[in-house]
Amino acid sequence: MTAGLDAYAPFVGAATIEELRLLGDRLRGRRVQNINSTAVGGGVAEILNRMIPLLREVGVDARWDVIRGGDEFFAVTKTIHNALHGQPVALTEHDVAVFREATEQNLRTMTLCDDIVFVHDPQPVGLIERRPPGSRWLWRCHIDLSAPQPAVWEFLRPWVERYDTAVFSAPQFSRQLPIDQVLIAPSIDPLADKNRELDPRTIENVVTGLGLDPTRPLVTQVSRFDRLKDPVGVIEAYRLARKYNDCQLLLVGGGATDDPEGRDVLAECRERAGNDPDIHVVELPPAANVEINAIQRASTVILQKSLREGFGLTVSEALWKGKPVIAGAVGGIPLQITHRYSGILTHTIEGTAYWLKQLLNAPEFAHQLGANGREHVRHNFLLTRHLRDYMLLFLYLDHLGESLISLDGRRA
Amino acid sequence: MPAVARSPFRFWTRLTLTRLTGRRAADLAELVEHLRVVPPSVVFHHTHHFLVQHQHLSPEPPNDFAFWVRNVLQEDELGEQLAAIDTVQFPSLKELRVRIVEVIDRYMDGRRPLRTAPAGEEFHFQDAISFVLPTPHQAATLAELAMGLQHASYASIAYHLFEARLRVGAQDNDFSRWLERELDEPEIAAAIRRMDPYTHTMEGLRQRLLGLLAPRLASELEPRA
Repeated sequence: MTAGLDAYAPFVGAATIEELRLLGDRLRGRRVQNINSTAVGGGVAEILNRMIPLLREVGVDARWDVIRGGDEFFAVTKTIHNALHGQPVALTEHDVAVFREATEQNLRTMTLCDDIVFVHDPQPVGLIERRPPGSRWLWRCHIDLSAPQPAVWEFLRPWVERYDTAVFSAPQFSRQLPIDQVLIAPSIDPLADKNRELDPRTIENVVTGLGLDPTRPLVTQVSRFDRLKDPVGVIEAYRLARKYNDCQLLLVGGGATDDPEGRDVLAECRERAGNDPDIHVVELPPAANVEINAIQRASTVILQKSLREGFGLTVSEALWKGKPVIAGAVGGIPLQITHRYSGILTHTIEGTAYWLKQLLNAPEFAHQLGANGREHVRHNFLLTRHLRDYMLLFLYLDHLGESLISLDGRRA
Repeated sequence: MPAVARSPFRFWTRLTLTRLTGRRAADLAELVEHLRVVPPSVVFHHTHHFLVQHQHLSPEPPNDFAFWVRNVLQEDELGEQLAAIDTVQFPSLKELRVRIVEVIDRYMDGRRPLRTAPAGEEFHFQDAISFVLPTPHQAATLAELAMGLQHASYASIAYHLFEARLRVGAQDNDFSRWLERELDEPEIAAAIRRMDPYTHTMEGLRQRLLGLLAPRLASELEPRA
């Protein structure tokens, strides 16, 4: 059983919930078919799991379908994903054939909605080949497209250009396209296990269970063991700050079990940590949401020293808990942090160490950053804002190209 | 007896979706080149979205241009000049745009080379797609207006104070006009007009508006002399 819309009123106010219902009234009975490539795991499925019931609650006839594909297809889509993120990989002719064949297979078995079709990410992008007459199509790209491999982007582009509107998570991810592009950031759910309030005992149990000292300052980075998250850089920054400040470091994340690169990065982190009893490198399973929540709440400062980032929602998760965050100025992170107001943006290991010392030594300033950050997340990165943007997007499909839209007919 | 309006004040709201224009600037010359030609709604977005999105930052930074120039290009002097542009003075977005362009042009005059934004920190021009819709709430008296203000969303307050004045061409704000026309309250209307709404957070604005209504509401409880 998931929480209804009213459960969000304590976080965003009754007036915001009322506005969502007003938008829902104008979409009542409209059919929206969401299509992605997985029902479980990953951020897209996580968001759709929460979004679909809320859309239905406000009157939108929302449904969610998942495309099918074999291992070979998903190996190709993984290559596409990596190439769009800028990694030096390419598609072979065979890969292209596999992708087209899987698209054809799905077109044969799927019933496509004749109202609004909302396609998420590149895997199902080709379904637009059989666009039903009169339907409106949206392509939601969750990937950082700021520097894609040109050949792979050119492979996808002809499909993308047939959509009515493309949706990106950050301005720098957008491309030159002949269709409308809108900005819709992802969101966190304040009622999810990863973000809900926890009692102090739960927090302490998790912290002590990991061998951490709850009486000493704790510096944490929560993220996959991935080189682009620069966990080794985090250890180096910590060591620079540790010379002057008593603190413990916790690097915690998943992604090492079934990912060879993740295993290498985890091993590298453990090697760099050496025998330092104050550096803790911990791998947790993907479902350890309460544990991650507790760790974030127990932390004094949270780092997200990414070198490349999609959106970096772990930043919003930390800010929502009122924590001061020091993060790399990449991807969607500058949308979440305004430097020196709602967190700290850095570009180097030395800069990260400098600000870490500052925040450990100036707890009032650190507290203010966290408090500002929480307010920023409240207004911009909670699920309710995401729901509002999706409904506005659906309404916009009837007003393409307009800038001022009256939803009453009497005044605009 | 408190005055009762013939035509009640209807609370509207304005919700926005951000359209990406694909225009980006890496230095002041590019910034001003795009600024000259973008639609007025783009100027509106970059001078107003901070108010609703960055509640905690007021009184600074009041607009994206000032913030980018100061924090990314590190041009503190120009950043200060752009922040100091008195948005409330300009009756239209076109005039506001002319002023912003003038300030940047004057600063650039003779200054070379221009500083360039680090890769990934370019200025991205965005457009506000505004959706305007009525809420079920209305007020016929001063007390009902105060009650409505207490419960209105920030988007609704912003619509009546900012959007109505600049975006749809009105020279006033909705609260002042209604108070004057319907409740014969020229003093409160004038006090609201005198406010510089760009130097408050949205919650601060709500409290300021309620504060301006409070003395008259208190006097309504007493018999008039």
